[in-house]
Amino acid sequence: MKARVFVTLKESVFDPQGQTIADALHTMDYDRVRNVRQGKYFELELDVETVDDARALANEVADRLLANPVIESYRIDVEDETIGVSK
Amino acid sequence: MKFAIVVFPGSNCDHDAYYATKHVLGADAEFVWHKELGLQGADVVILPGGFSYGDYLRTGSIARFSPVMASVMAFAEAGGPVLGICNGFQILLETGLLPGGMLYNRSVKFQCEQVYVRVEELETPFTCTATPGQVLRIPIAHGEGNYFAPPDELDLLEANRQVVFRYCDVEGAVVDAANPNGSARGIAGLCNKQRNVVALMPHPERACESAMGSADGLVVFESAIAQLKSDGMVLPG
Repeated sequence: MKARVFVTLKESVFDPQGQTIADALHTMDYDRVRNVRQGKYFELELDVETVDDARALANEVADRLLANPVIESYRIDVEDETIGVSK
Repeated sequence: MKFAIVVFPGSNCDHDAYYATKHVLGADAEFVWHKELGLQGADVVILPGGFSYGDYLRTGSIARFSPVMASVMAFAEAGGPVLGICNGFQILLETGLLPGGMLYNRSVKFQCEQVYVRVEELETPFTCTATPGQVLRIPIAHGEGNYFAPPDELDLLEANRQVVFRYCDVEGAVVDAANPNGSARGIAGLCNKQRNVVALMPHPERACESAMGSADGLVVFESAIAQLKSDGMVLPG
């Protein structure tokens, strides 16, 4: 089972890197890119049997290590190879 | 009395802290490798600056789970004095012993420069011999030192007098122009509610002799020694 974890800074937290990227895009005349938020992406290969177990395990490691809940939030997608992506 | 200086893979201010405590101040100091399970009977623990685990994932996030950290946390929870400097501050934030988190500097640059910080609180083991409002000239060297906490948490820190150092100008005024990284409310250093765990982004250990451009950082380590002496600790030699 695979889980994908997307970690981003919370909406209320200023993202200096995202802002710098947005500024660069505006310098490149991409004025229709209004805003950029930078984040991190993780692929976890999990030894579990069910989607629920995969989600629970991914949640736990995201809470404990992958994300810092003070400044970051995360979203998890679980992929069961037999039935495709579960959101 | 003994300082334990914890060494993580990627620590690079460990020897500076050792030199400041052992050679400048004449205290006993020992390095403690992060895989050790004890603190060698130390009276004060220093988590030094550097780039533990290459700053992978988030600054301090991997080091926080090093074997020695269980001992550091037990030591801190028992009231032992713990000082986090720079990466040490970031590690302490990851443990939850101190609230908040670090964002990239608002400049999005690694900044290595002399700054001024004002001592806001004397009631900690690392500031007890400072004078109220004392301005220290000490260096910073970090890319992620932009302190963040939600507004209600910041209010709580202020109400509990946990803001120990603030960036200021040479006169001691806390103004935005003197804030090198965008830290909320100019916060350069904090303590926990129990006041025994103190951390700051600037490097007092790099400013302990006039030959280094400033000896203002000494007060941090002198305070720890004075505090232990007043607690009845017998100093060797």
